[in-house]
Amino acid sequence: MNINYIRPLDFKNGRIEMQHGSGGRVTAHLINELFAKAFDNPYLAEGNDGAVLPPVSGRLVMSTDSHVVSPLFFAGGDIGSLSVHGTINDVAMMGAVPLYLSAAFILEEGFLLSDLKRIVESMAHAAQEAGVPIVTGDTKVVEQGKGDGIFITTTAVGMVRDGITLSGNLAQAGDKILLSGPVGDHGMAVLSQRENLSFDAPIVSDTAALHGLVSAMLDSGAGLRVLRDPTRGGVATTLNEIAQQSGVGMLLNEAAIAINKPVEAACEFLGLDPLYVANEGKLIAICAPEDAVRLLAVMRAHPLARDAAIIGEVLADSHGFVQMITRLGGRRIVDWLAGEQLPRIC
Amino acid sequence: MKYLDEFRNGELASIIAANIAREACPAGIYRLMEFCGGHTHAISRYGLADLLPAPVRLIHGPGCPVCVLPIGRIDQAIRLASDHGVILCTYADTLRVPASGNLTLMRAKAAGSDVRMIYSTQDALKIARDNPERQVVFLAIGFETTTPPTAVAIKQAAAEGLKNFSILCNHVLTPAAMHAILDVEGSVSLDGFIGPAHVSTVIGSKPYEVFATDYAKPVVIAGFEPLDVMQAILMLIRQINSQRNNGSAAVENEFTRAVTRDGNQKAQVLVSEVFELKDFFEWRGLGSLPNSALKLRPEFAGYDAEIRFGVDYVAVPDHKACECAAILRGEKRPQQCKIFGNVCTPENPIGSCMVSSEGACAAHYSYGRFREVSN
Ligand code: SF4
Repeated sequence: MNINYIRPLDFKNGRIEMQHGSGGRVTAHLINELFAKAFDNPYLAEGNDGAVLPPVSGRLVMSTDSHVVSPLFFAGGDIGSLSVHGTINDVAMMGAVPLYLSAAFILEEGFLLSDLKRIVESMAHAAQEAGVPIVTGDTKVVEQGKGDGIFITTTAVGMVRDGITLSGNLAQAGDKILLSGPVGDHGMAVLSQRENLSFDAPIVSDTAALHGLVSAMLDSGAGLRVLRDPTRGGVATTLNEIAQQSGVGMLLNEAAIAINKPVEAACEFLGLDPLYVANEGKLIAICAPEDAVRLLAVMRAHPLARDAAIIGEVLADSHGFVQMITRLGGRRIVDWLAGEQLPRIC
Repeated sequence: MKYLDEFRNGELASIIAANIAREACPAGIYRLMEFCGGHTHAISRYGLADLLPAPVRLIHGPGCPVCVLPIGRIDQAIRLASDHGVILCTYADTLRVPASGNLTLMRAKAAGSDVRMIYSTQDALKIARDNPERQVVFLAIGFETTTPPTAVAIKQAAAEGLKNFSILCNHVLTPAAMHAILDVEGSVSLDGFIGPAHVSTVIGSKPYEVFATDYAKPVVIAGFEPLDVMQAILMLIRQINSQRNNGSAAVENEFTRAVTRDGNQKAQVLVSEVFELKDFFEWRGLGSLPNSALKLRPEFAGYDAEIRFGVDYVAVPDHKACECAAILRGEKRPQQCKIFGNVCTPENPIGSCMVSSEGACAAHYSYGRFREVSN
């Protein structure tokens, strides 16, 4: 007789119950059967409260990010892959090689175990593909109505080599601004799913880990000053942040900013400006003018930046205006977003 | 879905711009009012002013639904939500319009009133169906484009016997505002109008003919794409040149892909079944204008929130420094307001023109304010 029987997890019809977060045997069971199996690595396998990691030679970079996307599954990804890519990218934008991840889950009572399994496996896959293990984690359960299914917070630690210093305050007048590809894919993939819109071609999120691209860019030896991924608030917001941090202005060329047709159509339909829509697999690079062409070639040789382009340059401007020559040839400001970006009514 | 490249093509734009530069008489002046906020937005968003020669001046008109709502109207909506406990449903843009007592619908919501942002009248009906024990009021605003959906909602509510649904009606009429611009003292002198896009798909081009015949003002109806606007400007310049050589003004249609002379008659019939002219309606900037807005017909008066809850309109003066009124008459530009950009910003709007992206002040702030420092 097995007197230590625990009912196996029902990944078909089962749901998260309060006891999955109680810290008791059922919690341990969930962790062992799902998380530890999926994330499988020696640090996690030790089963301690924290992961003891080997020493590194270089400065450490650490970044954390919470993910609350709805819907949880969208074309091109899900909250799981997003939570891995997003945090890896934040570390990569500092010029670091991402080394380890942690993951904390807040689950709502009643959440389908099948969905949780799908999300955890997607995280595991994303982490494995990126070569960054999830070495520690946590799970809490909140009562029904007190969460939105699942929230995931991930933290990444990375190491930056000597001689590399990237920061949002290093842009200088004359520098070139590069963008790694078309804008707005992630935000519109999520929104069009949420609003049930369909277009000639499906809109697929661009969610991806960018550290490989970043390492190729760093290896090129180009004079990189700033790297940033234009996630929430899109390219417009990211550029305004950099302009403010560096105390400079910018002049963009709208014609050089790529946008996929279905994304443009969806933005038009919802009255949104694609420059403010989130990306999850794109980066903005600011570099010394003499290196821009070389850096562009390196980017275009990488599968995640085939459509990279030089989209503008940094100007001396005490007002910090990000300006743009429009496709029509006029000039305008690309401003901070005021309030929320909402569909227009007329 | 159709893609829009062909209406946003830079090369075509520069060809039209070259024609405009060639045909606009350097000694003359062409004061063109774009009536609609949609055009104001396109002009600012694409920086079209940079493509025009000095004699061509664009003047922003009052065609922004949120901008022309006077403070007293928002006050009414807030009273409905706070004093009468209704669920007030509204489009996003009205949420931030300043009302009396430093309030907005957004702040009323934060203070506990039940204000809900919706995307369509159908959302409002659904909220009414889902909350049978609550009163639900839809803050209906807009020109002729937004009226037919409201009419549909009223008919649906009547058919379903939805007793807890009503509207606070602020549907206004474009031709009335154009008359006012030409008649009201203090309004700008104009040489021609860029006529509305979406509004004209509903009402057609016929209602503008009076401006050509009786006021000798050319009107060119234009789509909301930047090339539409450029082409309409060229057409207006040609008309004005011909007028100056003893020709006469006419209504022309650049937006033939969507607008006919008679408009959408089905929609017109629908609207006239539900609404009738209101004797007077107060507009921000233009004052109280006769026959310039709609109210529900007597048989639908039960759906009129003003009647149902007895909330009367009380006129309230604008903020002392705010120049919205003069801006809506085309008489002043946003940068002439003393508090533009220093007190009044899109994050902290003092007047209605700073709220909607179609408002003249918001458009100039968000897209054009670099001109104020570099010139
Ligand atoms: S800047 Fe603000 S206060 Fe001044 S006119 Fe415009 S909206 Fe009114």
